Amino acid sequence: MASKTKLVPTPSIGLIPERDAGKRPILECIGLGITFGGLKAVEDFNLIIGRTEIAGLIGPNGAGKTTVFNLLTKVYQPTHGTILLDGKDTHGMDTAHVNRAGIARTFQNIRLFPSLTVEENVAVGMDTQMKYNMVNGILRLKNFWKEEKMVHERCLELLSIFHMEHLANVKAGSLPYGAQRRLEIVRALATCPSLLLLDEPAAGMNPSETAELMENIRKIRDTFHIAVLLIEHDMNLVMEVCEGICVLNFGRIIAKGTPEDIQANPAVIEAYLGKKKEEA
Amino acid sequence: MADKMKKLNFKKFLKGNALTYLMVIVAYVILFVMQTLGLLSNSLSGFLVPICAYVVMAVSLNLTVGIMGELSLGHAGFMSVGAYTGAVCSALLADLIPFAPLRLAIAMVGGGILAGLVSLIVVVPVLRLRGDYLAIVTLAFGEIIRNIMQVIYIGKDANGVHFAMSEGALNMAEGGKMIVRGPMGVVGIQKISTLTMGFILVMITLVVVLNLIRSRQGRAIMAMRDNRIAAESVGISIAKYKIMAFVTSAVLAGAAGALYAMNFSSILSKKFDFNTSILVLVFVVLGGMGNIRGSIIAAAALTILPELLREYADYRMLVYAIVLIVVMLVTNNPKIKPMATKFWEEKIAPKLPKKKAKEGVVNGK
Ligand SMILES: Nc1ncnc2c1ncn2[C@@H]1O[C@H](COP(=O)(O)OP(=O)(O)O)[C@@H](O)[C@H]1O
Ligand SMILES: [Mg+2]
Repeated sequence: MASKTKLVPTPSIGLIPERDAGKRPILECIGLGITFGGLKAVEDFNLIIGRTEIAGLIGPNGAGKTTVFNLLTKVYQPTHGTILLDGKDTHGMDTAHVNRAGIARTFQNIRLFPSLTVEENVAVGMDTQMKYNMVNGILRLKNFWKEEKMVHERCLELLSIFHMEHLANVKAGSLPYGAQRRLEIVRALATCPSLLLLDEPAAGMNPSETAELMENIRKIRDTFHIAVLLIEHDMNLVMEVCEGICVLNFGRIIAKGTPEDIQANPAVIEAYLGKKKEEA
Repeated sequence: MADKMKKLNFKKFLKGNALTYLMVIVAYVILFVMQTLGLLSNSLSGFLVPICAYVVMAVSLNLTVGIMGELSLGHAGFMSVGAYTGAVCSALLADLIPFAPLRLAIAMVGGGILAGLVSLIVVVPVLRLRGDYLAIVTLAFGEIIRNIMQVIYIGKDANGVHFAMSEGALNMAEGGKMIVRGPMGVVGIQKISTLTMGFILVMITLVVVLNLIRSRQGRAIMAMRDNRIAAESVGISIAKYKIMAFVTSAVLAGAAGALYAMNFSSILSKKFDFNTSILVLVFVVLGGMGNIRGSIIAAAALTILPELLREYADYRMLVYAIVLIVVMLVTNNPKIKPMATKFWEEKIAPKLPKKKAKEGVVNGK
C-alpha cells in the first residue's frame, strides 16, 4: 500500500505524495535549527509534509528526532529557521498556541495525567473546544451539562478507535504501558489537530500491538484526513506505514524519499541500518 | 438513551461529594442542637466559628496546594486582608444595615473581593516561579501584608471615614470612633459571626471547590499539576488556569478571614502570621493533598483538639505532636497508606459500613 505512493517534488524543499500536490502543505520547515550551548542538536532542517501524508522521521539514537518535535511544538524555541503550519508562520507562538493552531503530539517518555481517569485525560484534550465558564461550571448551569455530555460522548467515540471505552474510568497512571501509549494518541486526537506527531508510538509494544497500531495510524489518517509525522525505530512499521521518510543523523537530514529510496540509500545504510547491524 | 447518558454524567459529577456534604450538614445539626440546648461549654462554643473559618481556609488552600500543586506559605495573608476588610465593612455599615447576618454576609463578600484583588498581585510570581522559590515568595507576601496591617489606622467620625498611617495623622473630630488602630489591630468589632453563618460559608466553599474540581476548569488545573508540558501540548493555557485557582483560593480565604474576625471583639494582625499559614498547611497535608473531605476533618479536629486536651495540660503538646505524626504517616506514607487502606477495606469496612474512612485508616496503623 505504502509502496504505491508516488512522491512528487515541491518547489524548493521536499517531496509530498502526489494526491496532496497542488494543495498547500500542512507543514513547511525551512532551515530549522537549534543549538544547546554550542551543540548543534538540529541544523538546517528542511521538510514538507502533505495534508494527508503519513511521514516518518528516523535516525540513530541522539540524532535529534525528538528535538525536532520539541521545535515544532515550541517546547524549545528554534534558534534558526521558520515553521509554517498550513502556510502560517508559528513564530512567537508558545506550545499551547501551536496546539490550538493544529499540531498535536505524543511523547517518547509518556506524559499522561496519571491521577486523572482515562476519560478525563481525553477530555482535557477537548478543553480548548469547550466554552462554558467557571461560574457556569460551579453553578452547574445548562451549558455545563450540555457540553460535558457532548464531551463524554466524544471521548468514548475517540477511545473506541483503540477499543478502550471500557477503560474510561480507570486512572491513567494504572494502565499498562501499551495502553498508555494509545491513550496519548487519543488525547492528542481529541484536540482536533491537522498534524499529529507521534514520538516512538510502538516503543514497548509487542508485535501484535504494533501491527494493530499500524492499522490504526492509517485509520486515523483516513477518518480524520490529517497528516501524521512519526518517529519510530521499528523499521517494519516505518517502511510499511510511511509514505515519505526523512532520515536524520547528527542533527542533519541525510536522506529523504519513499521507503524504497531510503532502503536503497547507501548513506542511510551506513549511518543507520549498518550501525544497527553492528550493534546486534 | 440521551437521558441515560445524562444520568451517567450526573452520577459521575456527584460521586464522593454527597458524603462530604452529608458529613458537614450532620456535624452542623448536631453542634447547633447542642449549642441551643446549652450542652456545649462556653469555651467550646467559642471554637465553633473558628472551626468553620479554618475549614474554609484548609479547603481553599487545598485548591492551591493539592489540586494545583503549588506550595503556598502565605495563605494567612489573604485571611488577614479579609479579616480587616470585613471588620471595617461591618463597622462602617453598622448603622446602615442593622440586620447582622446580612451585614456579615456583605463583610464576607467584601473581604473575599479584596483578598482576591490582592492575590492578583501575588499571582505574578505564581506564574513565573515554581517549587521552593514560590514558597519563599508567598511566605514573604504573608509577612509583608502583616507588616502593612501594623501601620494602618482607620477611624470614623461625623465628617466621614479617615485613613492614615499613624494615629496622629487621622485628625479625628470629637466623638469619632477608631476602627483600625495600627499594632492594636481592628478594635470594637461587633461579634456577629455565628455557627450558622459559618456553616453557610463552609457549604458555599464546598460547592465552589468541589464543583470546580469536577468541571473542565478543575480538570485542566489537575492536568497542569500532573504534567505541565503535556497540558500545554493539548492547548491548556497555564497562566489562565493558575490565576483562576489561585484567586479563587484567595477569595475564599478572605471570606473566611471576615467570618473569623467577627467572632472576636478585636483582632490583631499578628493572628495571621507565618504560623497560621503553616497551621493551615498542616491541615491540608494531614487531610491529604487534594482530599477535600480530609481537609475538613483535619481542620476541625486539630482546631478543637488542643481545647479538648486542656485537662491534660502537661501532656497536651506531646499528644498533639504524636497525633500529627501518626496521621501524617498513615495518610501520606506510600508504604503504609496502601496497607492501611487494604486493612480498612478488608477488615473494617464490611463490619462498620457507616463509619468514616478516616478512622479506619488510623486504626489500620
Ligand atoms: N534540552 C537539551 N539540552 C541540551 N542538549 C539537548 C537537549 N535536548 C536534547 N539535547 C541533545 O540533542 C541531541 C538530540 O537528542 P534527541 O532529539 O532526544 O535525539 P533522538 O533522535 O534520540 O530523539 C542529543 O545529543 C541530546 O543530548
Ligand atoms: Mg527521541
